[in-house]
Amino acid sequence: MRNAPVIEAKDLNLTFETNDGPVHALKGVTLTIDKGDFVSFIGPSGCGKTTFLRVVAALEHPTAGSITVNGMSPDDARRRRAYGYVFQAAGLYPWRSIRDNIRLPLEIMGFPKSEQDTQIDRVLDLVDLRGFGKKFPWQLSGGMQQRASIARALAFDANLLLMDEPFGALDEIVRDHLNEQLLHLWGSTDKTIGFVTHSIPEAVYLSTKIVVMSPRPGRITDVIESTLPRERPLDIRDTPEFLEIAHRVREGLRAGHAYDDE
Amino acid sequence: MRSFLPILTVVTAIVVFWYGAAVWMNAKWAQDQAVRAGVELSIPELVADTWSQERPRLPAPHQVVVELWNTTADMALQGRAMSKRSLIFHGWITLSATLLGFVMGTGAGILLAVGIVYYRVMDMSVMPWAIASQTIPILAIAPMIIVVLNSVGIQGLIPKAIISAYLSFFPVVVGMVKGLRSPSSDQLDLLRTYNATPNATFWKLRLPSSTPYLFTSLKIGMAASLVGAIVGELPTGAVRGLGARMLTGSYYGQTIQIWSALFAAAILAAILVGAIGLAERSILKRMGMSQ
Repeated sequence: MRNAPVIEAKDLNLTFETNDGPVHALKGVTLTIDKGDFVSFIGPSGCGKTTFLRVVAALEHPTAGSITVNGMSPDDARRRRAYGYVFQAAGLYPWRSIRDNIRLPLEIMGFPKSEQDTQIDRVLDLVDLRGFGKKFPWQLSGGMQQRASIARALAFDANLLLMDEPFGALDEIVRDHLNEQLLHLWGSTDKTIGFVTHSIPEAVYLSTKIVVMSPRPGRITDVIESTLPRERPLDIRDTPEFLEIAHRVREGLRAGHAYDDE
Repeated sequence: MRSFLPILTVVTAIVVFWYGAAVWMNAKWAQDQAVRAGVELSIPELVADTWSQERPRLPAPHQVVVELWNTTADMALQGRAMSKRSLIFHGWITLSATLLGFVMGTGAGILLAVGIVYYRVMDMSVMPWAIASQTIPILAIAPMIIVVLNSVGIQGLIPKAIISAYLSFFPVVVGMVKGLRSPSSDQLDLLRTYNATPNATFWKLRLPSSTPYLFTSLKIGMAASLVGAIVGELPTGAVRGLGARMLTGSYYGQTIQIWSALFAAAILAAILVGAIGLAERSILKRMGMSQ
């Protein structure tokens, strides 16, 4: 079952009705994501990358087409705790300690108390925040807060991690560091990751598969299978292979725009 | 302590202005009395008289302070704190109605806010009525509340508390609706990804998020409550309470009594609002939400 798709979207359409007429957020999106993939969605704003992630998470519902997550409908998948979701803002509750923030989903999902604590210890280790559990969010840097929010998404052991520009608000150096850590985390677990970004280097560095999208209507213009090895030190970003993939992503983005300008 | 000097300056200016106004407003009476007695008043004599009349148009600050002292601390020292002439007694009557009304108003306000946030029907129907309720002058509606409740045998504390509640629920409704709606759509979406029940969303996110808004509302509500209690004391025949002191004072021209009751009410309000402010600071700090 190694190759059973985690996400399978066929001809997905999503149209928002607005006062200015319909907006085609997604049009004819067909995509398969396999178990263990690290898939980045890249494109300008309005291209539907976030919308697609939200459809997977059953936060939006497609107006046409079909999508399965772990072989079931997104709603059912959510009920079975199929995924953890990370937003751009860490969104930690200031009145809860880091531990208790990570405990939030476990409380809501009704995990027994003893299991809550073992899970919290496990994910604090995963994101390298051991010893910070008793701190409060305001005592942590932005990068550490975002790591805590990733820990929170991992706490209930979903096999799919959906990340919507999780590092978008952080500075370059912190972002590099977190990218490295995220790759390490992905390598040491068997998670499938869907990752929305608008940074080309970030997408190329992290992904096994890069989905290039373009707006009006939101659609996929290119899907690039990365040829980079799974082990990726930061300086892989200077290799010709890396630059070649980055070039193809850039071409894909440009093609989408040229179409748009007509 | 940085604000000490500016505050002192303003207070001094007010006191100076007040003494001046007392001279100006009470001079006519002093002069009439002097003419009737057939004596000529020198300027210092005139000023001294305007600051020490028994029923001045405007009592001088020290007269109010002396009256306040005589009707509070002095009586308490004599063991007569609960005498009918004591402002402590009257203050307590007003305070009890204020606090009961505040609790009722706050409770009603929070419940209405929860209803408004969770039920669209209530959102559409309750808010216009709540706003309309505040446009009716409280002086007009207070006697009716007293009379109606009296006719069903409820009198004393409860009717006054209801008038207090009537004034204090509104800021709580407005503040809490805003507070309960303050979580961002991302925060609400996050809970949806956990399949959180509306109940869990309320207790774990919406209610804690609304705390800063609640405290702001409580401060306004507390002051409104006190006003309500005082207004509620006016139509009851003015027997007990700070409102009663003001009313009897105006019946008998006891301006010093009116002013001391006014000051007692102001001091009471300052203490109550200040207490909420202290609670606000410590609780928000503990919740990591202080600015």
